[in-house]
Amino acid sequence: MQWEVVIGLETHAQLSTESKIFSGASTRFGAEPNTQASPVDLALPGVLPVLNKGAVERAIQFGLAIGAKVAPHSIFARKNYFYPDLPKGYQISQYEIPVVQGGTISFVVEKDGKPQMQTVQLTRAHLEEDAGKSLHEDYHGMSGIDLNRAGTPLLEIVTEPDMRSAAEAVAYAKALHSLVVWLGICDGNMQEGSFRCDANVSVRPLGQKEYGTRCEIKNLNSFRFLEEAINYEVRRQIELIEDGGRVVQETRLYDPDRKETRSMRSKEDAQDYRYFPDPDLPPLVIAQDWIERVKASMPELPGAMRERFVRDYGLPEYDAMVLTQSKAMAAYFEGVVGKAGRDLAKTAANWLMGDVSFTLNREGVDIGAAPVKAAQLAVLLQRIADGTISNKIAKEVFGAMWETPSGQDAYADEIIESKGLKQISDSGALEKIVDEVLAANAKSVEEYRSGKEKAFNAIVGQAMKATKGKANPAQLQELLKKKLAG
Amino acid sequence: MHNKTLKQLSSLLQAREVSAKELATHYLDRIGKSDLNAFLHVDRDLTLAQAAEADARLARGEVTPLTGIPIAHKDIFVTRDWRSTAGSKMLEGYISPFDATVVQQFRNAGMVTLGKLNCDEFAMGSSNENSYFGPVKNPWDKAAIPGGSSGGSAAAIAARLAPAATATDTGGSIRQPAALCGVTGIKPTYGRVSRFGMIAFASSLDQGGPMAQTAEDCALLLNAMAGFDAKDSTSLERPAEDFARDLDKPLQGLKIGIPREYFGPGLAADVEQAVRAALSEYEKLGATLVDVSLPKTELSIPVYYVIAPAEASSNLSRFDGVRYGHRAKEYKDLADMYSKSRAEGFGHEVQRRILVGAYVLSHGYYDAYYLQAQKIRRLIAEDFKNAFTQCDVIMGPVCPTVAWDIGDKADDPVANYLADIFTLSTSLAGLPGMSIPCGFGQGDKNGKRPVGLQIIGNYFDEARLLNVAHQFQRVTDWHRRAPEGV
Amino acid sequence: MSLDLSDVKRLSRLAQLDLNEDQAGKTLDKLNGIFSLVEQLRAVDTSGVEPLNHPIAAHQNDVSLRLREDAVTEPNRREDYQKPAPATQDGLYLVPKVIE
Repeated sequence: MQWEVVIGLETHAQLSTESKIFSGASTRFGAEPNTQASPVDLALPGVLPVLNKGAVERAIQFGLAIGAKVAPHSIFARKNYFYPDLPKGYQISQYEIPVVQGGTISFVVEKDGKPQMQTVQLTRAHLEEDAGKSLHEDYHGMSGIDLNRAGTPLLEIVTEPDMRSAAEAVAYAKALHSLVVWLGICDGNMQEGSFRCDANVSVRPLGQKEYGTRCEIKNLNSFRFLEEAINYEVRRQIELIEDGGRVVQETRLYDPDRKETRSMRSKEDAQDYRYFPDPDLPPLVIAQDWIERVKASMPELPGAMRERFVRDYGLPEYDAMVLTQSKAMAAYFEGVVGKAGRDLAKTAANWLMGDVSFTLNREGVDIGAAPVKAAQLAVLLQRIADGTISNKIAKEVFGAMWETPSGQDAYADEIIESKGLKQISDSGALEKIVDEVLAANAKSVEEYRSGKEKAFNAIVGQAMKATKGKANPAQLQELLKKKLAG
Repeated sequence: MHNKTLKQLSSLLQAREVSAKELATHYLDRIGKSDLNAFLHVDRDLTLAQAAEADARLARGEVTPLTGIPIAHKDIFVTRDWRSTAGSKMLEGYISPFDATVVQQFRNAGMVTLGKLNCDEFAMGSSNENSYFGPVKNPWDKAAIPGGSSGGSAAAIAARLAPAATATDTGGSIRQPAALCGVTGIKPTYGRVSRFGMIAFASSLDQGGPMAQTAEDCALLLNAMAGFDAKDSTSLERPAEDFARDLDKPLQGLKIGIPREYFGPGLAADVEQAVRAALSEYEKLGATLVDVSLPKTELSIPVYYVIAPAEASSNLSRFDGVRYGHRAKEYKDLADMYSKSRAEGFGHEVQRRILVGAYVLSHGYYDAYYLQAQKIRRLIAEDFKNAFTQCDVIMGPVCPTVAWDIGDKADDPVANYLADIFTLSTSLAGLPGMSIPCGFGQGDKNGKRPVGLQIIGNYFDEARLLNVAHQFQRVTDWHRRAPEGV
Repeated sequence: MSLDLSDVKRLSRLAQLDLNEDQAGKTLDKLNGIFSLVEQLRAVDTSGVEPLNHPIAAHQNDVSLRLREDAVTEPNRREDYQKPAPATQDGLYLVPKVIE
């Protein structure tokens, strides 16, 4: 039987505020346990929450960035449950009316070998407070509770069940990650838990309308774990069903060591969170003029930049999409075109999506840290354009520039010079070589003259070899034709 | 000395005829001799130290009308020097690392703290019998309850153990004990007085207010107690007011609304007589009585006993024995520690309300109970809106009967709830209301038990309420009466 | 409507309140007494009525949350704050093992 995988993601992005969402305690990561837990974060008797404007501003930025509706009026509610890392016994979150409603995120994903553009619908994004941490090292058979993280502002970003494979889910997660980092509303540090995904996974027979029973895999804090966990969960569910079993809706945890998901015992019995509007917090009202002010203060968004790249540089939509996946990549591209000129935009795009990306991946380097700077690549591309070197030679030069970095913008020229890679454009010198080649290959010449067109290519090959690839191919062929004809 | 009003003591202090230290010592001695169980924690040295500061301020001439005046705080307000228990075993011996805003404001005004006052556990009750530290006795008749939840505050004022006290009102907890102990108390408009540092019972209803012998004293206290607090998101930003400004206004032409629902069969004859007598006193002062209707009065009981427990069930979740408060000695695991600690730490009434609250918020019942109650709550507020189109203030009884005997309704929640009928709707609507002494019951038993007159005003009309109360107190002496031997 | 013992047990689990059998029985009677009082709510016609979550909204149509500037204002007072804690070690609050 053919199975279809259905995935929805809930992502928790820690917002990059100085202080917590409802208290003036610091959100800095890695402090001594409970040194950044204020009375509000500890839920001491008598304390009350006061909302952090910075957290709301970041939510507005996100809403604008994904073309969502920023709710003029949203409500904070209490989600009631007992857990040691939840000091109040309830989490302040948004339930019925979230601050961000709808929106979309587009990204590129490999489908049967070739990259394709895809768009995922977002259901909502809402503000809430993070919980503390339970440390499981043994304290005489007890757990230790650190509440420094309690009250850190989170934006929970929820998608529709739009994804159909682990690869799609990861591609979406990466696009979302680069967007929040692009906006500067989240530091994106996954090791520190600033960006965590929960995956809702279900399977159904291909073509079936209704969704299958889903399981939620919690707290996936790396793209690799996200992919592994989904793939494992999909296999588990399919095997379960094919063995005549039924999937039970539950919360599961991914164990990266065992590479498997397992049911979360602590969340076993069905929760009844008893949501109700938090009486300590009147409605959050966001006036249109505030939204306008935030909009004005925002960096150019990937979407807008994509359109600009198509419009101003005449790039194909796909190229523009790839180049705007990260701020750094886009900046690098504009750095190259800025120096090399607009008419080399497509060449620059090809190089960035080709050799540059390939080398970056091979070396595991971020574009921002690439040893070949944008200005240097620009010069290299100009040399191809003005016929100084062929594209083939340019790859060689690029490799050299990467291996032994330099600060010189004109570094490409240095290498071309020192390695003598310049194309032979002096027709006298070229003619001399051609004569030698023809003399040395009398047989091929014979065949060609007797009408064997194929022989011509052999002669060209020989000639190219003789010039160590430095001949201008067009020029060379023209010259050969002339000689052979004569 | 202790039969003097706050206002009179204030002029003695300003004239340096008595020192803050002498005053404090006098009241501390009275508290020491008292057998009413009104105080939960007294610390002579701390009090005398504050008195010395006050005397220094008086010497420097840095005085407010309250400088050097002793005040006692309901144990719902947290204090960093005195224990803060909310009348619960859960918080036995708890010391707060900070002062409630209200406590801070009175300190800033130079008042001297006498200690903490007994109350129903977490302010849940109408008789003070729900205090883990034992019931408070009514100074007028030690067999009687003082009312609740601010029973300690009312008893302390009536027995002249303090010239001023703080109290809190969620459904009548200032007005009802003030009435049953023959003292003056006011619950301001919701949002007037900061809730920061008030141990929360029902956040959308809780409101602090003062108790004293006279309306004039309450006005002086409210001047220091009311005001915007950035630490409380429900605190209202309003220009500062002098609540004593209108005290001397004549009542000529005042329209007093008399809700027919407040004079139904449920009202005891002796209470009705005392209230009616007070109303004709007002007519002598030039006021006219207008018949008004508050049709939803009876529904205020079920509405309140859905909303208040719902909010309480969530507010009291923080008491889990992890960061402070009672932790059971023996337990199997985490869940067992929670449920044992909470079962041991909370009294029966508190546990009942938590269970009721959990029920009305739980899945499948939310709409039928909680949401329905919030809708009727709006209808109740509209009842008042309509009534105030026909009158300036509303008057009626505070409690259907005089104080009942300790033990009479103990462990009979419904009987207690029914006795709150005249005070609940004011709290649900967030309106200001007060209680002033207006006589006594009848018969050898009820004859020594006080009756209170309730005065309800429109939003932010505290100054008028105090004016209306003060004018009555100028021509009557109920508020000057003290229990035998005081 | 009236509750039964299983409701009381479910609620005591939700609210983390340990109840032994005979307490549960006593509590059940009390709760049913309270709900017989609360029950009259359901008869009221509230169609088209907006719930009033907040008394301020009864006299102010534009109730809106006041926001705090994003600034760190809380110093580290761990020692003070942990004084009332039943069990701590190395600055951590100790609880029975948390199993996930």
